[in-house]
Amino acid sequence: MEDRQQWGSRYGFILAAVGSAIGLGNIWRFPAVAYENGGGAFFIPYLIALLTAGIPLLILEFTIGHKYRGSAPLSYFRLHKNAEWLGWWQVFVAFVISTYYAVIIAWALKYSIYGLNLTWGDKPSDFFYGEVLKLSAKPGDVGGLVHGVVIALLLVWVVTLSVLYKGVSKGIEKFNKIFIPALVVMFLVIVLRALTLDGAADGLNTFFKPNWDAIGDGKVWVAAYGQIFFSLSIAFAIMVTYSSYLPKKSDINNNAFITGFANSGFELLAGIGVFAALGFMAAQQGVPVDKVVKGGIGLAFEVFPAIINEFPGFNGFFGTLFFLTLVFAGMTSLISIVETYVAALQDKFGISRTKAVLFGGGVASVISLLFATEGGLYILDITDYFINNFGITLAGLVEVVLVAWVFKQLRGLQNHANAISDLRTGLWWKACLGIVTPLLLGYMMFDAIKQNIAKNYGDYPTELIITYGLAVAVGVIILGFALSFVKGKKNHLETAKKEAS
Amino acid sequence: MSASAITMMVIGMVILWGGLLASIANVVVVSRKK
Repeated sequence: MEDRQQWGSRYGFILAAVGSAIGLGNIWRFPAVAYENGGGAFFIPYLIALLTAGIPLLILEFTIGHKYRGSAPLSYFRLHKNAEWLGWWQVFVAFVISTYYAVIIAWALKYSIYGLNLTWGDKPSDFFYGEVLKLSAKPGDVGGLVHGVVIALLLVWVVTLSVLYKGVSKGIEKFNKIFIPALVVMFLVIVLRALTLDGAADGLNTFFKPNWDAIGDGKVWVAAYGQIFFSLSIAFAIMVTYSSYLPKKSDINNNAFITGFANSGFELLAGIGVFAALGFMAAQQGVPVDKVVKGGIGLAFEVFPAIINEFPGFNGFFGTLFFLTLVFAGMTSLISIVETYVAALQDKFGISRTKAVLFGGGVASVISLLFATEGGLYILDITDYFINNFGITLAGLVEVVLVAWVFKQLRGLQNHANAISDLRTGLWWKACLGIVTPLLLGYMMFDAIKQNIAKNYGDYPTELIITYGLAVAVGVIILGFALSFVKGKKNHLETAKKEAS
Repeated sequence: MSASAITMMVIGMVILWGGLLASIANVVVVSRKK
């Protein structure tokens, strides 16, 4: 197999993998999901999901990337000659995600500057939807480009592609070595400040108070497995690609444990910080904490600016600091997402890294302009929902079913990982991947299909759901198959084909 | 904060942050043995 770039150190790889896993969802998705699904009681299914799906899947993807030493399409091809399409499918899922993820980072970048003098004023919601996004009146009205967002988006893409152009060790690793420790320190400062605000204890009480009845509710378990699954950057080619750059002697199993616990540990920290701040806001407004709880974009761009407004001092400092943490968390994830198709293009067509970065990143950045239009938020919302629920979830389900049951590769992969790892996995790992994960992902798929048959997601018109949701989710599968039939560069994929046969 | 909320917060911290520290400690212990 050909020479590949390598991480400079184990520390560098772990930081890059953790940087990929820790993203915007850790900060704005986890706290709301935990609160809505039993509060403190949610930690029971969440921890079980981490140990029975999250870490086993991380070990699986680390092992595939390390053993077959290629981008996702090449690694899956080397795993089985009929599996290249699965790798391309996951790469196209990553491609779609990168196009709108960059836009969200661009909003956060703008807000890190707005934070300095609290530009959002007394009505952060009106400011966000009106001034910043210039949101069109109804879904489907795409409108023109929003120039303020486009400028920030351009900057996000320039930084991302510059880091990737520098390569694995000098680019991705170096970037993560600076920005992940910086992210953790900055977030700790925010959490410590939030904990010392009036009402913080009420916020934490609301977050951690266990509702034990929730444990018996199947939806809570699906939410726990969903949170672990979406949060760990699994099933969309990232971890396979990153681990393909590991040296031959690498403790894969322990790396997966560190990555999984670091990601979940950060989510817990985010939950503490967010709910302490929400407790403060509720105390200022004289309302119960549950009246101010929000997740997602609303938490970041509506609720947090309102909280920052109420801070007793250093408002500008904390405003900028909060949005910079979003930028750092987002950038380290975006870089890993784009690397999936940069690596795949290089492996398939034998082109230089520079060409792969310019072509892949160039196409993605042009498409991302669609989400920087006046109607971009509606499109983003639909695409994000469908690519997560019918892209990542389905790709993850197909991945475990193919590897465990169709190609029967679990034993071989386990032997590979155990031979080079200090921590060894046993029956637990095979049972989790062969039985628990397929059942849970299968149920998540079934549940999502059932919900979408009953009602359009977000009550959007059917034509928009088809155009920006279903067509995208189905399109990435078709493109995945199509690319697997395209003839690759000799000495690269074809060499691999000979090796595999 | 209620006792049950504090208990769940401590359990979460011990398992998640403790799990992270234990995984990192394992790397250190193994590298020293070698």
